[in-house]
Amino acid sequence: MNSTVIRPPIVRIRNLTKSYQRGNQNIPVLMDIDFDIADGEFLALMGPSGSGKSTLLNLIAGIDKADTGQIVIGGVDIALLTEAELARWRSTNVGFIFQFYNLIPVLTAFENVELPLLLTALSRKERCEHVETVLRLVNLEERMDHYPSQLSGGQQQRVAIARAIITDPTILVADEPTGDLDRLSAEDILTFIDRLNREFGKTVIMVTHDPRAAEKAHLVRHLEKGVLSDN
Amino acid sequence: MFFLKLIIRNAFRHRLRTVLTVVGVAIAVMAFGLLSTLVGLWYLGVESSSATRLVTRNSISLVFSLPVAYKDRIRQVPGVKSVSWGNWFGGVYIEPKNFFPNFAVEPGSYLGLYPEFILPPDQKAAFLLDRRGAVAGRKLAEKYRWKTGDQITLKGTIFPGEWPFVLRGIYRGAQKSTDETQFFFNWNYLNETLKKTVPRRADQVGFYMTGVSRPDQAAEVSVAIDTLFHNSLAETLTETEKAFQLGFVSMTEAIMVAIRIVSYVVIVIIMVVAANTMAMTARERMGEFATLKTLGFGPWYIALVVFGESITISMVGGFTGVLLTFPAACWIEAELSQFFPVFNISPMTIYLDLLASFTVGVTAAVFPTWRGVTIGIAEGLRRVG
Ligand SMILES: Nc1ncnc2c1ncn2[C@@H]1O[C@H](COP(=O)(O)OP(=O)(O)OP(=O)(O)O)[C@@H](O)[C@H]1O
Ligand SMILES: [Mg+2]
Repeated sequence: MNSTVIRPPIVRIRNLTKSYQRGNQNIPVLMDIDFDIADGEFLALMGPSGSGKSTLLNLIAGIDKADTGQIVIGGVDIALLTEAELARWRSTNVGFIFQFYNLIPVLTAFENVELPLLLTALSRKERCEHVETVLRLVNLEERMDHYPSQLSGGQQQRVAIARAIITDPTILVADEPTGDLDRLSAEDILTFIDRLNREFGKTVIMVTHDPRAAEKAHLVRHLEKGVLSDN
Repeated sequence: MFFLKLIIRNAFRHRLRTVLTVVGVAIAVMAFGLLSTLVGLWYLGVESSSATRLVTRNSISLVFSLPVAYKDRIRQVPGVKSVSWGNWFGGVYIEPKNFFPNFAVEPGSYLGLYPEFILPPDQKAAFLLDRRGAVAGRKLAEKYRWKTGDQITLKGTIFPGEWPFVLRGIYRGAQKSTDETQFFFNWNYLNETLKKTVPRRADQVGFYMTGVSRPDQAAEVSVAIDTLFHNSLAETLTETEKAFQLGFVSMTEAIMVAIRIVSYVVIVIIMVVAANTMAMTARERMGEFATLKTLGFGPWYIALVVFGESITISMVGGFTGVLLTFPAACWIEAELSQFFPVFNISPMTIYLDLLASFTVGVTAAVFPTWRGVTIGIAEGLRRVG
């Protein structure tokens, strides 16, 4: 099963550094990161707390800016994009799954999933069809009129997954997607993510502390004190 | 549509907080509306007075009188159309707290000068015929349940004694702003009684009221009248009714300015309160804003959500305030009619009320929007959980 090696990298990271300024102190978080992620890869990022996993994930997803270095995704150097271009790029290329689901509490499951489609030119009817299809995929078609507070953690995360894939992005980023779930729900969520990778060919980059979650990935990379190492 | 739904649901997410803010804005807007109306009324007396009516009084002070004989000489001044005269009577009805303006006037000429006091012809005739006749404004008559033919006794303060009158007419104002709380009676009744009781106070008038044909003659005629009595025992001061009223108004103008400032302060206070509430709300929503931005929504959407919610709440408060203003105004008109004969909420006041609440909503949203727009996505996302 070395087809992943042959495929061209969808993410190319070169000389990436990132530091935070606290007062007049400079705190380096990522130091000279170099690595590629192949198209269709399922990558797990592991490492101790504070090692910079979330920071790296955010940089790849285009919601944070690097100090120096290159991040080329699908041929686009995202460091060169303006804020507005980056927003448009994110809305079509990246699906987000968060630890705390990040659903909008006053919107129903259906409306939460519909949200990213409001930035597209789709008609109301087309949006409805898309949302229903995706909710069916995560087995929530009966819950679509429920508000997040009326759903269990696992169900909320499934809504979040539906929202992440509704625009059919190429990359899925997940920051500890099972971090707030019990074992069974976590298993369930991982199955869905795995399916999205296998059946729909999504490139998945997942930060996790959970070795069980990491087992699902094809590849595990470790981050320690801002430096990336192989197994 | 989608965002309208989101805005409205957001606005009522914290029921209690929203209700309290709405109540606060409503009360502030109501106070603002009532205070503006009050200040407006103060100047209304001036605005509704006619520029073709001149008031002549003793140049020393209003409390000094003028000889009644001046009337014939004033009448001869070119440009003068008619002359009336009268005294401020200052009578009290049963108890001192029942205050309303009452005058002794030369009846025919006075009614001629005040066409805005509308009196049915039969009542007018009855009034002119009866020496003890009196006329009251509609509001005043309603307040004390007077009917024509009723005997009304005023207790004199400036002119001591009990003064019985017969109500011969009830006038109605031609405009909504016309004062309908006046009471006036025949000056001859006053003068003849004084001749018998205090002869030295007889044949004296408090003021002359002169009608000129055109407003542009007012200045010229005023000067001509005052020149006439220059160097006489009682020199005169003539000014338009408008200027005369302004003289009264200016005395209390400082108070009016203070009230106006207070009405703006009320709005500023509610603005600060609303801004604080919105800042609190927006702080709780930072994670949601970051999520929206992550999904690709730009700063305009964040602004739409924050401004929408803020303006929704403030406008609900504003409309509630406007609705509350009307019963409040009715209450003031009923309870304090001796001070505010007409307490009308003008359309202008309502526009200003709504403008004020809109401004509150906009102002309250500025800082939270700026925070929501400028906060980095990664930082905003850290606020979740
Ligand atoms: N906005 C910020 N300002 C200053 N320091 C920050 C900021 N964001 C992150 N850091 C620091 O950067 C380092 C890496 O943070 P990051 O969130 O990437 O860690 P992580 O590997 O995801 O940890 P965890 O497993 O706990 O989520 C930490 O030391 C953190 O304190
Ligand atoms: Mg993290």
